Amino acid sequence: MQQRLKNRLGLLGWLGGGRYGLDRYAYALHRLTGLGILAYFIMHIFVTGKRLGGPEQWESTMAVFGSLFFKVGEFLVVLAFAFHAINGIRLILVELGWLIGKPGAPSFPYSYSTLRHKPLFIVFMVFAAVLMIISGADFYLILK
Amino acid sequence: MRESRLWFWHILSAIVILVLLGLHMGTKHLSELLHMIGIGSGDPVQSAQVFHRSQQAVYMITYILLLGTGLFHGLYGLRSIFFELSLSKTLEKLIGGVLAVAGIALFVYGSYVAVLLFQTSGV
Repeated sequence: MQQRLKNRLGLLGWLGGGRYGLDRYAYALHRLTGLGILAYFIMHIFVTGKRLGGPEQWESTMAVFGSLFFKVGEFLVVLAFAFHAINGIRLILVELGWLIGKPGAPSFPYSYSTLRHKPLFIVFMVFAAVLMIISGADFYLILK
Repeated sequence: MRESRLWFWHILSAIVILVLLGLHMGTKHLSELLHMIGIGSGDPVQSAQVFHRSQQAVYMITYILLLGTGLFHGLYGLRSIFFELSLSKTLEKLIGGVLAVAGIALFVYGSYVAVLLFQTSGV
């Protein structure tokens, strides 16, 4: 059977970037946003289930979710989705070994995959930020 | 082998979610911006619109597809987080089982709602 190494740091191991830097923080944020989206998704299944009660029940449910508190919550979910989706595409590309360069002999100055991958990481994060700004504009129009 | 297969499905479900949830987020959560440029009515949760969409086959099918892929992706991700905590094998099996049952129950409930509303007409 495959031997597993102990997770010595527990939760702190997820949140600390250490020498892994940006990639590690993106990893922690990916998980955090994933958990947030999952919690919202499960709630969303029950909320959309309210349709079974007919238009009246739907409208009374939407009246509750139309409050500022839920609107802000929904906006945060959209931001989380923007990051999770764009970072997820990046992770799939890295997982498949695309856009990270070919492996080579370790000669000075040393290069490693996360370093070679950095420009791609920045491009993806800029794209995520653009999506967040667009959803921010929509949120502004809702509040106006 | 089982874990690599599950991981493969996790990635595949991510691609499906990316397309379907991207469309969902774009149409439902950017509705004000879209309305400004003349697309959509501006309020996608208005009951007339919601019930009209619910009775369309395309909507029902994509809803169930997104429900299934979303639940698998999310709950498998949650399972992976738990498994990184170096838990005992028994606890891992218990967590895996509970999440699988929860996922199936949520899928059955969500699909039931979608199919029932699709079959109901004139609401």
